[in-house]
Amino acid sequence: MTAWLLEVADLAKHYPVRAGVLLGRTIGQVRAVDGVSFTLARGETLGLVGESGCGKSTVARLLLRLIDPTSGSLRFDGQDITALSGEPLRRLRRRFQIVFQDPFASLNPRMTVAEILEEPLLVHAVGDAASRRARVAELLALVGLDAYHAARRPHEFSGGQRQRIGIARALAVDPSLVVCDEPVSALDVSIQAQIVNLLKDLQARLGLSYVFIAHDLAVVKHMADRVAVMYLGRILEIAPVEALFADPRHPYTRTLMAAVPSPDPHRARPRDASGGDVPSPSAIPAGCRFHTRCGFAIDLCRAQEPTLTPWAENHLTACHRAAELPPQPAVPEAAAMAPAAATRMALYAQRSGR
Amino acid sequence: MTEAAPLLRVDGLRTVFGSRAREVAAVDGVSLAIARGRTLGIVGESGCGKSMLSLSVMRLVPAPGRIAAGRVMFEGQDLLGVSGAAMRRIRGNRIAMIFQEPMTSLNPLFTAGQQISEAIRAHDGGASGPALRARCVEMLRRVRIPAPERRVDEYPHQMSGGMRQRVMIAMALCCAPELLIADEPTTALDVTVQAQILDLLRELQAQNGMAIILITHDLGVVAEMADEIAVMYAGRIVEHAPKAAIFDAPQHPYTLGLLGSMPRIEQRRHRLLAIEGTVPPPFAMPPGCSFQPRCVFAAPPCAAGQPPLRGLGPGHVAACFRAPVEGLPA
Repeated sequence: MTAWLLEVADLAKHYPVRAGVLLGRTIGQVRAVDGVSFTLARGETLGLVGESGCGKSTVARLLLRLIDPTSGSLRFDGQDITALSGEPLRRLRRRFQIVFQDPFASLNPRMTVAEILEEPLLVHAVGDAASRRARVAELLALVGLDAYHAARRPHEFSGGQRQRIGIARALAVDPSLVVCDEPVSALDVSIQAQIVNLLKDLQARLGLSYVFIAHDLAVVKHMADRVAVMYLGRILEIAPVEALFADPRHPYTRTLMAAVPSPDPHRARPRDASGGDVPSPSAIPAGCRFHTRCGFAIDLCRAQEPTLTPWAENHLTACHRAAELPPQPAVPEAAAMAPAAATRMALYAQRSGR
Repeated sequence: MTEAAPLLRVDGLRTVFGSRAREVAAVDGVSLAIARGRTLGIVGESGCGKSMLSLSVMRLVPAPGRIAAGRVMFEGQDLLGVSGAAMRRIRGNRIAMIFQEPMTSLNPLFTAGQQISEAIRAHDGGASGPALRARCVEMLRRVRIPAPERRVDEYPHQMSGGMRQRVMIAMALCCAPELLIADEPTTALDVTVQAQILDLLRELQAQNGMAIILITHDLGVVAEMADEIAVMYAGRIVEHAPKAAIFDAPQHPYTLGLLGSMPRIEQRRHRLLAIEGTVPPPFAMPPGCSFQPRCVFAAPPCAAGQPPLRGLGPGHVAACFRAPVEGLPA
């Protein structure tokens, strides 16, 4: 056993852009993922955040070997799986599973919940009919659904319940790694909290490792042990969650953090200079890929791409000016809630614990 | 609730679906008011009736839904009583609306300029030629679209999501409406783009003094934008207060649950305070308070009758028998 469950080195996925109808010639490359490296420990959650089009979902599909990387390497549990195929890959798939964003689109409407949950067991030839039935019942209980739900079909469930079914399906074959691709983005706030709590409980009980992909920094802060910030196919900053939020050392991380609306009515969101849109991944800017939106950009940033460099322990950032960034103003945590609100929330918590 | 005479006042609005025998209310007796230059945030989860409320104000309730009761007073005139033609003049001209999905609300076959022109001409038939084009470019400039002279000839697919939402806002604002209803205007956008759109809405409001009804599920967005907040659950307003009171002294257990469910960037907690269960479907409403089956503070009287909105502070009302919850026996 190695220390890392997952080791990703310089992973890239480029898609050719073709012109012409039939035998098109390649006129460019969309660099969806453009050299991503990270590791994931057992039982750890790595948050992967970035705006749409940053390549985070492509990374998810690469990790699960659902698509083949253009270059780079992937090691799972010490084994190089970059070029694994056929039966060995199929067998290994038991170990890594995915939970999708849209629980409406990722469940087959013609199958009952029992069939949906049994399917991965059949695919991997686990147990006999009786033990599979028992496993389905166990899975339903695990994700907080009732036994009678087994006979129902997806349309009979709410979004939150469907996401529970999606999670149960991912857990059916006892994986070590679960890639969660925006698992709560499509859900209502109160349901989001239920699913976030469920994922954390399951991790504690089953020792799961998560790659948790989201565009919502607040959710990631709650879920992740470490966070990687992606932009145009690359990781710009990666750090333990507390360090990243206390001392972000990439202007893009700061832009993302500043944009989150605060539920504190007495604190105005700081206005951020980094306006503009994400450039197209088929025309990634030269130099630092963030320089077109960066308030700190200098000539060096336009000429030379910075590499991920250690800033502090386990904290890497790809910014030429990391050391010159002003200190991040601390957010007064205590001021986040007024006394009356805090009292009532505590009563709420007390009663929901019963 | 506001000192100035309200621009819009909704009284006891009830929007229903289904036959008279099996009537289902999507909006069930909602009253609210908004003054010029102010922003009212309406917060709730899917199915709470917040979108149906805004469609009712615009008289755009899709069939077979219909408005069964109530009044929608806009500058002293009941919009539910005016003719179809008069309502069309009010829509767009005086009350405009923007929706969540800028992808589906724009016509992919027309350029941004053509679509804005259409909105201008619908209310000002005389506009044409270079003057009309100049107005389109000016509208795009007002919503901070870079290079508006070039963008005016672009199609929706050539634009990013944020850019499309700006075009939608330009179309909504081209007749200088007095009231803008924004239904989840930033939900489909990245946080960075959301921040830009919210800043833009505030700037435009400061310029022309329009009132905004902002409908959203995101408490962070209303904390930033709204003067007052109404929390909706199952077709009703369950709490309504000035913004600070909703966050500093929330009364209704549903509001407490929503606040507790929200992961906050300022703090790291191990467990969010989820609201257990799900919103009941409109055809299977529980007896009494509709939140009662999910409520941690529920008691027998809650299932017996519908709690009315009652005053619990200055401008602060909540529909809960059990509020304030700190007075309850442990």
